[in-house]
Amino acid sequence: MTTAVESEPGAKPGPARSGLVAVSRAPWWVRYALLVAGLAVALWLPNGLYPAVAVDILCWALLAVSVDLLLGFTGLMSFGHAAFWGTSAYLAGIAAIKAGLPFPVAVLTGALGAAVIALPIGYLAVKRTGIYFAMVTLAFAQMIYYVANKWGSVTGGENGLQAVPRELGGLDLSDEYYFYYAALPIALLGLWAAWRIVNSPFGRVLVGIRDNPARARALGYPVHRYKLTAFVLSAFLAGLGGGLFAMGHQFVSLDVLHWTTSGKAVIVVVLGGIGTLWGGVLGAALLVRLEDWLSFSGFEQIGLVTGTIFVLAVLLFRRGIWGTAVDLVRRWQARRGRTED
Amino acid sequence: MAGQALLSARGLTRDFRGFRAVDQVDLDVAADSVHALVGPNGAGKTTLFNLLTGFLPPTAGRIELAGRDVTGLPPEQVARLGVARSFQITSLFPQLCAREHVELALQSPSGLGWRFWRSVKLMGRYRERAEELLDMVGLAELAEAPAEALAYGRKRALELAIALALDPKVLLLDEPTAGMGLEDVDRTVDLIATVRKGRTVVMVEHNMSVVGRLADTVTVLQAGKVLVEGPYEQVRADERVITAYLGAADAAH
Repeated sequence: MTTAVESEPGAKPGPARSGLVAVSRAPWWVRYALLVAGLAVALWLPNGLYPAVAVDILCWALLAVSVDLLLGFTGLMSFGHAAFWGTSAYLAGIAAIKAGLPFPVAVLTGALGAAVIALPIGYLAVKRTGIYFAMVTLAFAQMIYYVANKWGSVTGGENGLQAVPRELGGLDLSDEYYFYYAALPIALLGLWAAWRIVNSPFGRVLVGIRDNPARARALGYPVHRYKLTAFVLSAFLAGLGGGLFAMGHQFVSLDVLHWTTSGKAVIVVVLGGIGTLWGGVLGAALLVRLEDWLSFSGFEQIGLVTGTIFVLAVLLFRRGIWGTAVDLVRRWQARRGRTED
Repeated sequence: MAGQALLSARGLTRDFRGFRAVDQVDLDVAADSVHALVGPNGAGKTTLFNLLTGFLPPTAGRIELAGRDVTGLPPEQVARLGVARSFQITSLFPQLCAREHVELALQSPSGLGWRFWRSVKLMGRYRERAEELLDMVGLAELAEAPAEALAYGRKRALELAIALALDPKVLLLDEPTAGMGLEDVDRTVDLIATVRKGRTVVMVEHNMSVVGRLADTVTVLQAGKVLVEGPYEQVRADERVITAYLGAADAAH
């Protein structure tokens, strides 16, 4: 029984977040051009970057869209997605080591595991909104971190899981360059799934819930159950990323469950643009690349740089890279429309 | 009377931290009638609406819809049972266009909303009906406008279209003409007169001419209690109502 009132009916509806792109209204040729360009970049990526970094970008892109599915399209800020990323990383690693599963199956196992633990966590979390939702997710993620740390017989404790094999029908995937192309279809499938969810009847209900939960309830939509479904789907996508991450590094450490992973996921989404989906992919690419470059040049205070970028993004580009770009294009079109009249 | 009541309340009470907003209200809304709730600000009209639609649980009392106990049901279930409401302060989805609002309402009773693996284009099946409803409330031209860009009166009209899209047995309208110009008020009154056929309408309304033109029964609330109930003409002439509700205005004459 739900007695908690979502928000006082008749109260001021949520602020119009005009920065959010609720529904794609770009012409079809623009969308296809962007799709082709995006695929071309994805195919070229390990030729232009260190292949291991390219794999990391895929993983973080999945985590970013999973966080944006909640933050941008459902109006829920999760500060505990490390729980799903990390749980899946461990599960995938164990499935590959102990059961010798092919790596895509191991990743899928991890993602399903993440979705399963998301069910009870989400059940408790979606009854809260705003900062309280964020705190509940963070608290559960910290609990899982603690359990993983203590449960050394399974997780390897401080040592983590070493030498995770990445098996696929006898193919030699030890070279990161080839592994990237083996991992790419899984990542693209995950990104496609996120796009499909956002552009489905379900996604339209989520946008309604984000903008005005009381109104959605008055229409007969069980808001909590919708949020919970979104939460579980999001955890699955985060799990795909985490599982691939374990395969990419062939090593799982407690870092995958650390709260800084959850924080970085939020930073990536804010940087790319909340509620834009593809902005998160862009944000992931930029941040992973930047961190790699910084650590390569021997700079040790990486957190200082990412933190500064986060602050600048929040202060100057509230719509993120993607959102700002969309906004500029729209203004340009509006101006052109006026001069033509 | 009680026998043919579609929506009824018995001893309905709601406290807010020691303040009793709705106090032992008995209400019988007859099927196919227009029932107006009037009263000064703070009389508990909107709270009563929130109780009837499940947005607030009552502190005490009982609510029945067509003989079924619906006390304490969450708002989405009350809506599913055929009770649609509009909000006093316009309550829309700012990012969606007018047509998408109505489509979302039309979709609600089906299971389509759960299909996260299907294309949003499937919602196109509601397009025709959505455009009919928008036309009905005079929004045909503005179907593609985002809700946040609509003028106030248009937003109110959209509220009505959304409520109608649910094809409710009971339509609860919270100040449907508030803030509207004369022309829009007339159109809204005509519209309510049209859509009430085969429906039960409960409305909170301050505009007494609107009440007079539409309502079969008027319930006057004061300080959370039912002061008077009866047909419009009778209620309007009641001394207690004049003192409580119109007193200030009459004193000015």
